[in-house]
Amino acid sequence: MIEENKKECGIVSWQSLTSGALIKDLKRIKENKTGAWRSSRPVFYKEKCINCYRCWMFCPDSAIKIENDKVVGIDYDYCKGCGICAQECPKKVQAIVMVKEEK
Amino acid sequence: MSQKGSSNCDGKGGEMILAKTGNEALAFAMKQIEPDVVAAYPITPSTEIVQIFSSYVADGLVGTEFVAVESEHSAMSACIAAAASGARAMTATSSQGLALMHEMLFIASGLRLPIVLCVVNRSLSSPLNIHCDHTDSLASRDSGWIQIFCEDAQEAYDSLICAVKIAESIFLPVMVTIDGFIISHCLQKIDVLTDEEVKSFIGEYRPNYNLLDVDNPITLGPACLPDSFFEHKRAQAEGMYQALAVIEKVFKEYEKRFARPLSIIEEYQTADAEVGILCMGSTAGTAKVAVDNLRKKGHKVGLFKLRIFRPIAVKYLQRALKNIKILGILERMEGLSAFGGPLFNEVRSVLYDEAKRPIILSYVYGLGGREITPEEIEEVFLELISLKNKRRKSIEKFRYINVR
Repeated sequence: MIEENKKECGIVSWQSLTSGALIKDLKRIKENKTGAWRSSRPVFYKEKCINCYRCWMFCPDSAIKIENDKVVGIDYDYCKGCGICAQECPKKVQAIVMVKEEK
Repeated sequence: MSQKGSSNCDGKGGEMILAKTGNEALAFAMKQIEPDVVAAYPITPSTEIVQIFSSYVADGLVGTEFVAVESEHSAMSACIAAAASGARAMTATSSQGLALMHEMLFIASGLRLPIVLCVVNRSLSSPLNIHCDHTDSLASRDSGWIQIFCEDAQEAYDSLICAVKIAESIFLPVMVTIDGFIISHCLQKIDVLTDEEVKSFIGEYRPNYNLLDVDNPITLGPACLPDSFFEHKRAQAEGMYQALAVIEKVFKEYEKRFARPLSIIEEYQTADAEVGILCMGSTAGTAKVAVDNLRKKGHKVGLFKLRIFRPIAVKYLQRALKNIKILGILERMEGLSAFGGPLFNEVRSVLYDEAKRPIILSYVYGLGGREITPEEIEEVFLELISLKNKRRKSIEKFRYINVR
């Protein structure tokens, strides 16, 4: 059990920790896909999008993907399914719609 | 008011005696320390510290960023943010203010941020009272902060300067406490250092990390679940285990440079004493008068003034109390535990493993600013003398001074 614990979080012992639970190596954060616990998912309709960027501005997880100044979709590795993007998408546009997440 | 960049002192290292209240002394020390950020919310009796300091800021005597916040919770939050950004941060509070900070106290220490906080001791409501007892500081005892109790304005001035160095040497926050009104509002002669002496003693703050360093991004305050939380707490505890040695080193260096002795436990007339009283804060001054009066009558009594409440000075207490037959612990807090307050319980616990240990009684006194006199302390000493040869189990442990 202890060995498994050590392996899973990479902690050898308390002596090896950074002071104040500080994370200096941000590589691990990029490796951690934090979108796993979504209960609903945003679906993006490219043809309806007017590229107003409201979803991009409001997304708390920087999970709206933009390429060549155009919204191209959702980064599901990090999207938590909060629904703010769908809420902020103008009512007349509705380019993002929340649906139930299914595995 | 003096010229910008220098204090009332001439800066040539000459002796400088000023008349200051406890609050003024702490504000003056804070000015000489010149922290990068002070974030504060006023509360009696600590208000003057930040009020006076804010006028130093307004007059351009310090370059500190002063943040007037909307609560003590915000004051500590702002100090945490400032310290995490590599700034030296300080604040002051009392009583309900410290209680409102409670949540943030744990965060400051858990993030290992060397924030320094002046606490002017005051009771906690209810009933509402603005006067001194130690309930506020002692209720924060498990928050991971070093706690330094001061007898008077001079000790508070010296301790605050040392506190900065202690905090930054071991990356633990430190609170320096004085007794509300008794010390905070009473005028006293204090011997101050020059700005240059203070600045050279504390040195430049070298933060462990800096949130604003965009070239080296970090994550601070991450969620640590059952797989790592425990290890972080163990590592934090190690800081406290090592803190006493750091405190002693800083006190010794201060004494060496400025000939101002600071101790972890101050002993008064204890060399041949077999009856002792242990207390913290301003009452030590009153107790010294009681000791002198009884010594004149031939009683072998002595006083132990505990200066550091966190971390617990285990070895120092064991060494200091080894020849005492009976000890009265004057506690300015009712622990409401039906077994005495924290000072009584912790000192008693420290002596548990000793082969020779004194009978220890708890004397709760001075709640809500109730005055304590030398005569009352003399009565406690005489009571202890009359009990010193009794069987320890037969003695009523929990006693109260001057309660009607």
